Amino acid sequence: MADNDIALMAHLMRRAGFGAQYEELEARAAKGYEATVEELLHPEDNSHGMDLDLGERYFIEWNHFIRCVPEYIAFRMINSKSQLEEKMILFWHGILCTADSKTQSQVASHAEWEMLRRCGMGSFKDLLLEISKDPAMVYFLDNCLSHKGAINENYGRELLELFSLGVGMDGEFNYTEDDVQECARAFTGWTITNGIPTQPYGRYPGTFVYNPEDHDEGEKTFLGHTGNFNGEDIIDILCQQPATARFISRHLYDFFVADEAQVPTWMDTPPRDPDTIKMLEDEFFRSNYNIRSMLRVLFNSDAFKDARFSRIKGPIETVIGTLRLVGDWTTPKPGFEAIFEEMKHMGQEILNPPSVEGWHTGKEWIDGGTLVRRINFIADHVGDVSFPGIQSIVEKLASEGPTISPEGLVEGCLRLLGHYELTEENHQMLVEHARKSGVSSTATREFPHQVGEMLQMIVATKEYLYA
Amino acid sequence: MTSNKKDPVLVVLQMTGAYDALNTFVPYGDPHYADYRNTLRLGPDDVLAVDDKVGFHPGMEPLKEMYDQGKVAVLQGIGYPNPNRSHFRSLDIWHTAEPTKMAPDGWLGNAIRDIDPNKENILTAVNFGRGLPRALAAPGVSVASVGDLSNYGVLTGIQGADQRGEALDIFARMYAPMIGSGAVSDYLSQTGLDALKGADILSEAPQTYSSSVEYGGSLFAQWLKSIAQVHLSDFGTRILYTGVNPGTFDTHANQHITLPKLWGDVCTAIGDFYEDLKEHNASEEVVMLMFTEFGRRVQENGSGTDHGSGGVAFVFGDAVKGGLYGEYPSLAPDDLDNGDLHWNNDFRSTYATLLEQWMGLDANPILGGTYEQFDFIR
Repeated sequence: MADNDIALMAHLMRRAGFGAQYEELEARAAKGYEATVEELLHPEDNSHGMDLDLGERYFIEWNHFIRCVPEYIAFRMINSKSQLEEKMILFWHGILCTADSKTQSQVASHAEWEMLRRCGMGSFKDLLLEISKDPAMVYFLDNCLSHKGAINENYGRELLELFSLGVGMDGEFNYTEDDVQECARAFTGWTITNGIPTQPYGRYPGTFVYNPEDHDEGEKTFLGHTGNFNGEDIIDILCQQPATARFISRHLYDFFVADEAQVPTWMDTPPRDPDTIKMLEDEFFRSNYNIRSMLRVLFNSDAFKDARFSRIKGPIETVIGTLRLVGDWTTPKPGFEAIFEEMKHMGQEILNPPSVEGWHTGKEWIDGGTLVRRINFIADHVGDVSFPGIQSIVEKLASEGPTISPEGLVEGCLRLLGHYELTEENHQMLVEHARKSGVSSTATREFPHQVGEMLQMIVATKEYLYA
Repeated sequence: MTSNKKDPVLVVLQMTGAYDALNTFVPYGDPHYADYRNTLRLGPDDVLAVDDKVGFHPGMEPLKEMYDQGKVAVLQGIGYPNPNRSHFRSLDIWHTAEPTKMAPDGWLGNAIRDIDPNKENILTAVNFGRGLPRALAAPGVSVASVGDLSNYGVLTGIQGADQRGEALDIFARMYAPMIGSGAVSDYLSQTGLDALKGADILSEAPQTYSSSVEYGGSLFAQWLKSIAQVHLSDFGTRILYTGVNPGTFDTHANQHITLPKLWGDVCTAIGDFYEDLKEHNASEEVVMLMFTEFGRRVQENGSGTDHGSGGVAFVFGDAVKGGLYGEYPSLAPDDLDNGDLHWNNDFRSTYATLLEQWMGLDANPILGGTYEQFDFIR
């Protein structure tokens, strides 16, 4: 198997998943790149590792009517064979945001998460419809407080600003304040039964209900169209807008290809790569808003394949990726909450984005505190040679010969971490460091620790912050 | 400032979750108050009365003691134009001192740049908490952000002092900025180097510190202890920041149970911190600001209070001229703003007062405008 193919597969799995161990990369590369993309695009063909139901049998504290849904979600990200499916839920969770700090209902958050699983790679139109009926969202953005004759604009506004059109494009606003109000009017009557938040109603899921009595049947004018619109009509109109195609394409690019400008600046900041964005926009319309089709175009594009190490990993990607690498948490065991806390301390808490705007990404993930936390977490894990994933790196290196040169040790560790690349200066510095121990015999008891220490040095680099 | 006096230090305490102004600084003498607060009402026997109209929540005893010594300024009716009832947006507004548009820079970030334009001291500002609050963020400004001072450092998991020393040496060289590698890479380099250096210096703080004060076990109390340790170590730190976790004061339900405990824990920690400073003859060097993102609904919901506007903030320390500032907003039904208190003093007036009269900085460029100032600094 050519190194190039494995390196490209490592890239694909870091982006379309949470990374993979070397053996998996080899196996997938042997199947071929496009075949792997297709497999990732069709999660229904794969087992996903663990049901919530099964998890709950192991852990009574994982009862999703109480809490621990975030821990369960993280556990499934680690173990799912359908990595892109998990990644797409995280993608949408950062855009169609609800936060359980407000909804205070993990059962509602869990239901939303599963809806994103079901609809995350289908038609964007269906997804908008589902999120508009999602009980957590209806509560989070107050559409249940929006009534005929007394609208609450919250959902109407965010649907336009953050879920479809974006504030503006190419320097022009995409909608007016009137559009916001008309949109909110069209969604009156889209409400929920009692049940959110947990208090004072108890731990029961709210369900979506359409209340025709409370729906404003009057004529509305929205983005230049006039009629007695209901929510479905608004979503129809939104999907036809070039701004929606642009907005979704830029989000996909930012999440899967390379760090884009922060979302609030998109009105005035053109895309980093207009050609790729154009290609995605065209596919959006050609495929009738099909996200899976857009992803296929994206992953098979040269722009994607050439974009190695141009995104700073988010905290969830960092933690889940590390655990997948070292092979921890492949089965349930107590104590996962501490792992979950790590992501939080690195700046990203599952089910609790800082606002409806989602997380700011790229370099905004990194400050003095989060950087130290991130480096120490990864280093503590890769330096522990009792982890099966680290053992297999050691064994793989040992299997390549009875001795290993300093150059070979650095190169081998970088390769087995997923073909990471360092600047020449940094690469050389690690070789110098390794040289102090000279040529190593791979059969000694010291060797695993030498490998562990080299892995620690690599994961502490600036380059390793990227995926 | 005279040369033998230490530079003034600002400690900011962010009480996230939006504490209920009405039950924090209680207008118990107002007849309307009892009407709105059927179950949550605090009566004359409950409050720590300041006069016959207002008083502190009973859990705030240590702060009330400081008030009685004339060291607490109560900023009544504090707020900002077009109140926003989202925790996140509202915190952003407090952090960036910009209520009308999304602003990237924190007000303290700008102040740090002003204090230390050439970045001569990477510990000019230190944050204790999970993640860096936007208040401290500004381009080119680095702030040490610490979760746990006793275990703060890069690659703390590497065994053996020599090995770790060498690893850190390589780390420092690998994070050295390289010409032409771009703004993001430069930022990462700088952050890495600052974290390394900052951790190195900060790790000394707990070693040189001793005190008879025993802080409580809560995260907030421990962070205040860390703040005392850093301040007393004379690293030249001018701005220290900490707070409670998001949602802590978000008392939608069971407020009568949670609020006394919250204020009890927070104010005990503050009282311990102040004692600690006094014990070390350092209480004149520090002024504290305690704020929250917004007030809560005037009308209780039966067991708690929902998001509202118009709040109360506190500035305290030996250098503070205690008393009541701003007006307590009227509770008369016709005077409410959609069921919420009408704010009457812009939060940036408090910021401007702290920046100019305490920190000795020019507030206008930092806040992007001039605001009327109070006279709560002696």
